Amino acid sequence: MSAGILSWGVYLPYWRLQRGAIGAVLGGPSGRGTRSVASYDEDTTTLGVEAARRALAALEGPPPEDLLFSTPAPAYLDKTNAAAVHAALDLPPWAASYDLLGSVRSGAATLRAAGAMAGGHRALAVVSDLRTGLAGGPEERDSGDGAVAVVFGEASGGDRVGAELVAHAATSSEFLDRWRTPGETDSKVWEERFGQEVYVPLVEAATAEALKRAGVVPADVDHLVVAGLHARAVQAARKALGVRQEAAVTDRIPVVGNLGAAQAPLGLADVLERAEPGAVIAVVVVADGADALVFRATDDLPAVRAARAAAGLATVEELVAGGRDDLPYARFLTWRGELRREPARRPDPERPGSPATWRSTGWKSAFEATDCRACGFRHLPPSRVCLRCRTVDEMDRVRMADVGGQVATFTVDRLAFSLSPPVVGAVVDFDGGGRYRCEMTDVDPDALATGTRVEMTFRRLYTAEGVHNYFWKARPVAVGPSGSDQGGE
Amino acid sequence: MASNGIRDRVAIVGMGCTPFGERWDKGADGLLVDAATEAVASAGVTFDDLDAYWLGTMFSGVSGLTLSKPLKIDYKPVTRVENFCATGSESFRNACYAVASGAYDLAMAIGVEKLKDSGYSGLTRVHPVGDGTAAALSSPATFSFVAPAYAEKYGVDPEELKEVMSRIAWKNHRNGAVNPRAQFRKEVSMETITRSPLVAGDLGVFDCSGVSDGSAAAVLCRAEDAHRYTDHPLYVKALSFVAGPGGGAIDPEYDYTTFPEVVRSAEDAYAQAGVTDPRASLAMAEVHDCFTPTELVLMEDLGFSERGLGWKDVLAGTFDRDGELPVNPDGGLKSFGHPIGASGLRMLFECWLQLRGEAPPERQIATVGPNRNLGMTHNLGGGPGECVSFVSLVGPEPSA
Repeated sequence: MSAGILSWGVYLPYWRLQRGAIGAVLGGPSGRGTRSVASYDEDTTTLGVEAARRALAALEGPPPEDLLFSTPAPAYLDKTNAAAVHAALDLPPWAASYDLLGSVRSGAATLRAAGAMAGGHRALAVVSDLRTGLAGGPEERDSGDGAVAVVFGEASGGDRVGAELVAHAATSSEFLDRWRTPGETDSKVWEERFGQEVYVPLVEAATAEALKRAGVVPADVDHLVVAGLHARAVQAARKALGVRQEAAVTDRIPVVGNLGAAQAPLGLADVLERAEPGAVIAVVVVADGADALVFRATDDLPAVRAARAAAGLATVEELVAGGRDDLPYARFLTWRGELRREPARRPDPERPGSPATWRSTGWKSAFEATDCRACGFRHLPPSRVCLRCRTVDEMDRVRMADVGGQVATFTVDRLAFSLSPPVVGAVVDFDGGGRYRCEMTDVDPDALATGTRVEMTFRRLYTAEGVHNYFWKARPVAVGPSGSDQGGE
Repeated sequence: MASNGIRDRVAIVGMGCTPFGERWDKGADGLLVDAATEAVASAGVTFDDLDAYWLGTMFSGVSGLTLSKPLKIDYKPVTRVENFCATGSESFRNACYAVASGAYDLAMAIGVEKLKDSGYSGLTRVHPVGDGTAAALSSPATFSFVAPAYAEKYGVDPEELKEVMSRIAWKNHRNGAVNPRAQFRKEVSMETITRSPLVAGDLGVFDCSGVSDGSAAAVLCRAEDAHRYTDHPLYVKALSFVAGPGGGAIDPEYDYTTFPEVVRSAEDAYAQAGVTDPRASLAMAEVHDCFTPTELVLMEDLGFSERGLGWKDVLAGTFDRDGELPVNPDGGLKSFGHPIGASGLRMLFECWLQLRGEAPPERQIATVGPNRNLGMTHNLGGGPGECVSFVSLVGPEPSA
């Protein structure tokens, strides 16, 4: 049995910006619908962690030994962003972590590479994007933030392959469609009709070749995902490929925006959540050429979906319908650094120290507690001496990142530093023991109460002297439209 | 193993205390010189007579040089101590032990803090290089967990509890209004307090102590030598200090309605002084009213009120300056602000004035008598669940 898709995870941020809110502030025409917005404490690394946690939540077998992280908007250069994802997921030290950064097309390469790497072991592809753009422009309005993770591997340990990657083909062309120089947040694009003219033949050629290699004809395609940031080219290509009209997958752009590099994986996840066994799925990426990946759903796909549902994972449909859509445009601009606001009269936060951070990786990245072997008391953060029985160095480490809890008490702190004041702080009692006081996020303090169910989420607390300070926060467990927990674990 | 105490072995024979406030006019140096010179004058001695110094400061300097340079101390031991909000009291406690041991005849405990120069609101401090995971909550936020927990545990209506909190602030501002050394010297109406803008949780601006600069000092000698310097010394009856294991912050059993560290230090202090009924034995108490719910819970932790009934005593005026047990008759941290190194000694200064009958008539308490003449100073440093606590008892008679 060859390697295929074992699992997938989608993360869409809590916040949505109504496109109408942009026009209401800036004047001029207002768009319709919403776009997804990463919160002030999220970046492509944290989005990727959340997607990857969801991809791994329903798996029973061994952890991935290759981690590929891709984004056009990396939190760091030089330093490997995938290492932070690796640490937050608590993957084994022998698992490799690689970044594929910069261009939108890297997302397609990440899926291919993970699929190729997987075999005797599992490979995790994480594609994340966070897209801004100048105020009032189409990039800001039509793009979105989110991440998708896909686990490739062979069936083992009760896990099954839901879809096989049966063929791939690509075309490349050097031309100016969109570009962004390092350090800039807004992309430049050439006049649209030119790109459409160049793209369509490239997409046709790659897709035709991929289908040929898969041994199918366009009419055999049951689900067609065409993704790219060039909206006109995507639309034209969809029609030009000779695939049945009903096979074209409706994208989620009206509600969450175009996720850029993560747009194609999002479409793939969307399809995997409803495709019938045997279905042919073509995923086409339109970016500086074209990539066409042909998947075939296996007979085990329904069982894979059942395992996901049992793990409490929300579907793409539910995630898209969730979230909160009343983000004020001024806050969006502030979070993106497009609106410089007067800070509180408080000192700047301190840069974490590298050795101290390294020593506490188990706590800071993986959110591990220690349980006393003598009396069972749980310590967050880890402690060498037991609070209850004072036994020394008899502790077992236990990962708490995926353990739920409830709010014991909380407060709204209008004095503490925050990029988006006020800070909401909560004392969280975890299921099975352990208490920790932490910041909350994605929270409406007016809806918070003692006993509110929370889950942990990996966030960027702040950036000081160019160092991103990642740690965990609690957030209310959102209830999706079907009553399932948003995010699941 | 026991906490034996040094009851009646050390006497306070002189004190000084600067006006607290936004002292743009003076740095830590100047404030130290003011408090030290007032204290030596009060004791009728000169700096040459002093054998050793204990300096309490959290942010305003490190090492004994912080004091020896401005005072031009002539090659004598100066020990700088820090212990959060009990920093000033720590200088006093350690100087007492040095005198009691016989190592020195005459010692000074002095504290200072210069907070207003930072340019920031609230307290700021430099932390050791860390991993960046320390919770970012401010002090008001951590103490704001107390009020709702108290209200829930004892079935107090939250609005009534807000009134209790406001009344504590009202009382302390009323006391401070007639104290020339206080930072805020005017009464504040209940309505103003209750409706002040929120800082954290239910805590409004007027539920929080202020930020100020100040310094205070005491001159100490062995009890048997006290009358060489003054006819009216104060004797040290008890000194207790505890640092907790920080359990409340990580223990689901902790309910935010008590400070176990305070309970333990109070029990220790009462045992050292032989006090069995603090509400009847104490003529006054200066307690750490950093936030109004703190003072409420302290009334129970220090044994002044029954558990769950402190709020009723507050409303009944029990702790007013003319009440059954005056608490913070000088105005407390509410009126003085909280220059950390100075606060504990500022509290002791109020005991010095009140227990010896030297407070001005308009604010002299009426509770001091032959059978009831103890004063308490208390500090709490840290926050609910993880803190240090200091309790001292002093009195004008050599034995109770």
